[in-house]
Amino acid sequence: MDGAHDMGGIDGYGPVKPEPNEPVFHGEWERRAFALTLAMGTPGGWNIDMSRFARENRPADDYLSKSYYQIWLAGLERLMLERGLVAQDEIAAGRVLHPARPVERTLTPERVAVTLGRGGPTEREATAPAKFKVGDRVRAKDIHPPTHTRLPHYARGHLGTVELVHGCHVFPDTNAQGQGENPQWLYTVRFEGRDLWGEGSDPTITVSVDAFEPYLESA
Amino acid sequence: MLAAMSEHDHHHDHDHSDLSETELRVRALETILTEKGYVDPAALDLLIETYEKKVGPRNGARVVARAWTDPSFRERLLKDATPAIRELGYAGRQGEHIIAVENTPETHNMVVCTLCSCYPWPVLGLPPVWYKSAPYRSRAVNDPRGVLRDFGVALPETTKIRIWDSTAEIRYIVLPMQPQGTSGWSEDKLADLVTRDSMIGTGLPKRPGSA
Repeated sequence: MDGAHDMGGIDGYGPVKPEPNEPVFHGEWERRAFALTLAMGTPGGWNIDMSRFARENRPADDYLSKSYYQIWLAGLERLMLERGLVAQDEIAAGRVLHPARPVERTLTPERVAVTLGRGGPTEREATAPAKFKVGDRVRAKDIHPPTHTRLPHYARGHLGTVELVHGCHVFPDTNAQGQGENPQWLYTVRFEGRDLWGEGSDPTITVSVDAFEPYLESA
Repeated sequence: MLAAMSEHDHHHDHDHSDLSETELRVRALETILTEKGYVDPAALDLLIETYEKKVGPRNGARVVARAWTDPSFRERLLKDATPAIRELGYAGRQGEHIIAVENTPETHNMVVCTLCSCYPWPVLGLPPVWYKSAPYRSRAVNDPRGVLRDFGVALPETTKIRIWDSTAEIRYIVLPMQPQGTSGWSEDKLADLVTRDSMIGTGLPKRPGSA
């Protein structure tokens, strides 16, 4: 979706403000929101692309007015509501009003280290040869799906050069919609800053984007 | 929600006047999810402890210092970073596929996630607020020199700047240049010069004497 989350190259957000000696979490609620989000992935059964879409799929003013862990919290609530794990009246009341849904697994303390250590590798067996190779000139398609995609708006329609080929990876666009992993070849495509940002822009910049094969066409 | 919370016996003995709506919401959500049997608070504690105490940029600093002192490790790191980093015991969530990009006198690398907050957790821990913020995500790709100025870093005008936008599940770590005057230093001593920001590309390693 062309949402407020797709921020690359947008003007007006002001300077970056690094916080000296920043703590990992700002307050107890961030700790718990972070941990709840990770832990609920086990009984919830959603994938990372569904999580990302649940976070980004909201009106611009909502997205921009929330802190990052507030966005995570809103995304978590949405994922649970969609699956009936909690109900809106329970969130509003702040207490249990309905029986729990049966879940297959939960994250036990004993499983924390192994679950984090395993992570979620996304590389899969290739089922077709790669369409592009290193050095190929490609154009990022000018696509605007209303659903989840990982092709940033600023690259769309622009010419770049394939610089890395990463194998086949889970395709977020279908995975986010529960339409399967549908693995696709993944490339790093390098764009000249001048091609993205126009004449007069800094000639020393290049921007590399990790782009799935369906995002690209031969140039 | 505030009224409902105050009716909840469980919370009667606390004064919530200083708690924001978000704090109350998270607390209530944890209670609901725990009572429903979906989460185990002990597992939550372990998750928090892991990323607050164990996994952080000291891991990445160790990787960089190893690369500075061990040419064969450096070669393995730049060729295929994930197994090289695993040699040091760092692996897993949000670091399943890592690439190390090397700064040189000619080229400076900077990592961003314009679409959300993708970041190499096993080597850098959880991202700082600025990394997830609109100013960084918007400007890293079209005004990296301006961003560097925000961090007090000025590169020569001729230095090429390579931005890596983490738009898939590949995670990037910058291998900064070893500071001059540190040849022969131990890995431990070098690791103290490696800052988090130098591995994102918004900073440079500390210089000897300032560590």
